[in-house]
Amino acid sequence: MRLRIRFAKIGRVRWTSHRDVARMWERALRRARLPVAYTEGFSPRPKLSFGLALPTGCESRAEYLDVALREPVAPGEVTSTFSSLLPEGVDVVAAQVLPEGAGSLQEEVTSCRWEIDVPQVDPDSLSEIIARLLGAEVLSVTRERKGRPVTDDLRPSVLALSSAGPCGGGTGLIAELGTRPRGVRPAELAQVMGIELGLARRTNQWIERDGSRWEPLATPAADAAVWERAS
Amino acid sequence: MTSLWPRIEPLLAHVTKPARYIGGEQGACEPDHGPGRVAWLLLYPDTYEIGLPNQGLQILYEILNERADAVAERSYAPWTDMEAAMRAAEVPLFSVETSRPAAEFDILAFNLSAELTYTNVLNLVDLAGVPVRAADRGADQPLVIAGGHCAFNPEPMADFVDAFVLGDGEEAVGDITAVVGRWQSQGAGRREDLLATLARVDGVYVPSCYEPSYRDGRLTGIVPNVAGVPEKVEKRTITDLGEWPYPKQQLVPLIEVVHDRLNVEVFRGCTRGCRFCQAGMITRPVRERPAEQVDRMVRDGLDRTGYDEVTLTSLSSADFSGIEKTVSSIINDPECSGQVSVSLPSLRVDAFTVGLAAEIQKVRRTGLTFAPEGGTWRMRQVINKLIREEDLYTAVDAAFSQGWQRVKLYFLIGLPTETDEDVLGITALAKTCVEIGRRYHRNVTVTASVGGFVPKAHTPFQWFGQNTMEELRRKVILLKDAARSVRGLTLRWHDPEATSVEGLVSRGDRRMGAVIESVWRAGGTFQEWSEHFDLSLWTEALETAGLTFDDAVYRHRGEDEVLPWDHVSAGLHRDFLWQDWQEALAEHGLEDCRWTPCYDCGACTGLGVEHVVASSVAPAGGSQGTGQDLDSGGMVPVRFLPTAPPVLTGPVLAGAGAGVGEAGP
Repeated sequence: MRLRIRFAKIGRVRWTSHRDVARMWERALRRARLPVAYTEGFSPRPKLSFGLALPTGCESRAEYLDVALREPVAPGEVTSTFSSLLPEGVDVVAAQVLPEGAGSLQEEVTSCRWEIDVPQVDPDSLSEIIARLLGAEVLSVTRERKGRPVTDDLRPSVLALSSAGPCGGGTGLIAELGTRPRGVRPAELAQVMGIELGLARRTNQWIERDGSRWEPLATPAADAAVWERAS
Repeated sequence: MTSLWPRIEPLLAHVTKPARYIGGEQGACEPDHGPGRVAWLLLYPDTYEIGLPNQGLQILYEILNERADAVAERSYAPWTDMEAAMRAAEVPLFSVETSRPAAEFDILAFNLSAELTYTNVLNLVDLAGVPVRAADRGADQPLVIAGGHCAFNPEPMADFVDAFVLGDGEEAVGDITAVVGRWQSQGAGRREDLLATLARVDGVYVPSCYEPSYRDGRLTGIVPNVAGVPEKVEKRTITDLGEWPYPKQQLVPLIEVVHDRLNVEVFRGCTRGCRFCQAGMITRPVRERPAEQVDRMVRDGLDRTGYDEVTLTSLSSADFSGIEKTVSSIINDPECSGQVSVSLPSLRVDAFTVGLAAEIQKVRRTGLTFAPEGGTWRMRQVINKLIREEDLYTAVDAAFSQGWQRVKLYFLIGLPTETDEDVLGITALAKTCVEIGRRYHRNVTVTASVGGFVPKAHTPFQWFGQNTMEELRRKVILLKDAARSVRGLTLRWHDPEATSVEGLVSRGDRRMGAVIESVWRAGGTFQEWSEHFDLSLWTEALETAGLTFDDAVYRHRGEDEVLPWDHVSAGLHRDFLWQDWQEALAEHGLEDCRWTPCYDCGACTGLGVEHVVASSVAPAGGSQGTGQDLDSGGMVPVRFLPTAPPVLTGPVLAGAGAGVGEAGP
């Protein structure tokens, strides 16, 4: 049986890495004595699979984790007890048993929605930058990979950009970024936009297929209301 | 309360491993600072990943936070990128819990575990905005305190540290809190008065209350310059480890650190008597934790932290009375469902220990490490690490036959009386180990890890002139040549330059302070990190100070020479150490005094304490595991724990059990 868990990562804990979060979960699952399935061999590891890595420094309300279990458990137990076993800022939002044959997070997720603070840019300037970006044919970024520069075009993965109006001393940016042909990180988007990256928060991961889209695990309505109030 | 967090967070996006600076560990306190509470900032002068697991610091952290009159927070050395960002943004050193500026604490307390971190201590004091020299600090500035093993030669840091704590800190921190609290409540008058009061606390050494004298470039004595302070400062020793079941809430960090697992200290002190080992000499006598308490600390710790690995820590954990019972109760605990692994640091070299290791490493069987330390029997008699070749081969055979394919061997080079034959004995031993391994596996790896020996204060080798870096380099080349033709043998060695500098600081006198300060001022931080270590900084600083490696490091000391640490005591009689030094030169070994008569080293008699062990006989594997005809002295003062007698059963393998029952009191 596989259990899918949706969790948030908010506050100071955003400075931990994706791997750090995986280790937090391993410890929390052991503390909860959940019957987690382990890999075979001399070095058994719990069978956990996380979705798209969240860059260090970003917050999220939509992180996912699939846990393989040796025997069934009630998802409700997980939602009610887990947050207290995890570090402050990592909170379980929802949990659900996956149907047999459900695809993995890595395979299924097609895009992510981000809310990004853009400091020191007013709404009009940001709108201009957005228009320029969406009008571009190609958005090249160069990065180093195995000691060699590799140039990628980000344009196919920039699905939608819009301004969320003034926020703090700058402007809020809402971005929908695809995962194929390759995922785009907020820092790379900031680079091609020529802006400084403030706090970036992933709000949703989407699975889009045959003209409709859904989340790997929806936030329960009550929790969603809490999130709305909090933001 | 001032929190620097709003000024710290913007820096984090631009530095490596930003989570080093955010705290948030499970078990951390965010204490209420308030009037009537002495605020301690506990500092480890290396990165967060190295410093966080330090058990000494965590023990004091809990003890202080449990007190009504104290609070404690922590800080570590920011990595060079963060330091640059902090200095550029004028952000001072801060605590990880509440981001409070370091200078707002009453006490900055450093753990000194390694000499090459000393320049980091200066850097942290400076980052705190506090003058690095103790003499330049005013009444309203924090006290700088230091403890840990390196405090047993305090002199190189005497210019920078207001007070050192020698020995176990559990009780001393309470005494210091009381003195500082009283001084504050009386209106915080002159700093000299506070220091003079601290100098009267047992185990506390205040360098400004003592004056060194020199003649012809040599130290001739260090004596009190104020009335009422002891001529010789004796270390603090807790008599019953069972009264101190700390840490109760071991910190679980958010990021990966070294020793990232549960640690439970099973005993403190060691009397194996390895002559090179400062830890074994300065932490005597042996004080075991009651086995039931160990079991409880392991169980509660695993439950609380979610770790799947526990280390039973001590200087030689296989010597813990009833170690087998303790280990099997952990790994056979149904709650752990076979997923918890146990590790024992510094395995003893015998088959009994391998049998134990086989039992505990059912999961994650990686490599086994042994420390014969010397390449020949002669060498091992000199250093009193009495392992015969057949002991090592039996242990290695047991390891390979039980499934291990990688074995690591620790050695030292540059030991007293060492010849090239002794050095080459290292590769010869390792080569035989590879051959033994091939009987069981096609591919085996034996790694010989070779460190350069640095003589330390309060050991029998404190008089020995360290090998020069050229000599160590020559010996490394000898080993490399000998190892080249042996398939399956990997040789690793420690940088001889860093070894020389470690020697410079470990036995230096107060004049070494100027050298440490110059190196720090020239940017020499993180000197224990090979990418930052810079010999030229040290060479230049030495020259400026008018000191030399030849005199400070490579020179043999005579019996009558005043040593810079003669005015502080780890309980050991100087004549015992000298006698043991002579025994070493005579290639003469001594048995472990836990199960054989007393040599009167001074630790038990002088401190009025006793060994506390649960077993009246040496553990399987023997006192020194050799059955050699060794000398022994008078009667043993040993107190036995009032617990059930240990049962020495289980997988005792061939070659083990040599010492059982032959050395009762």
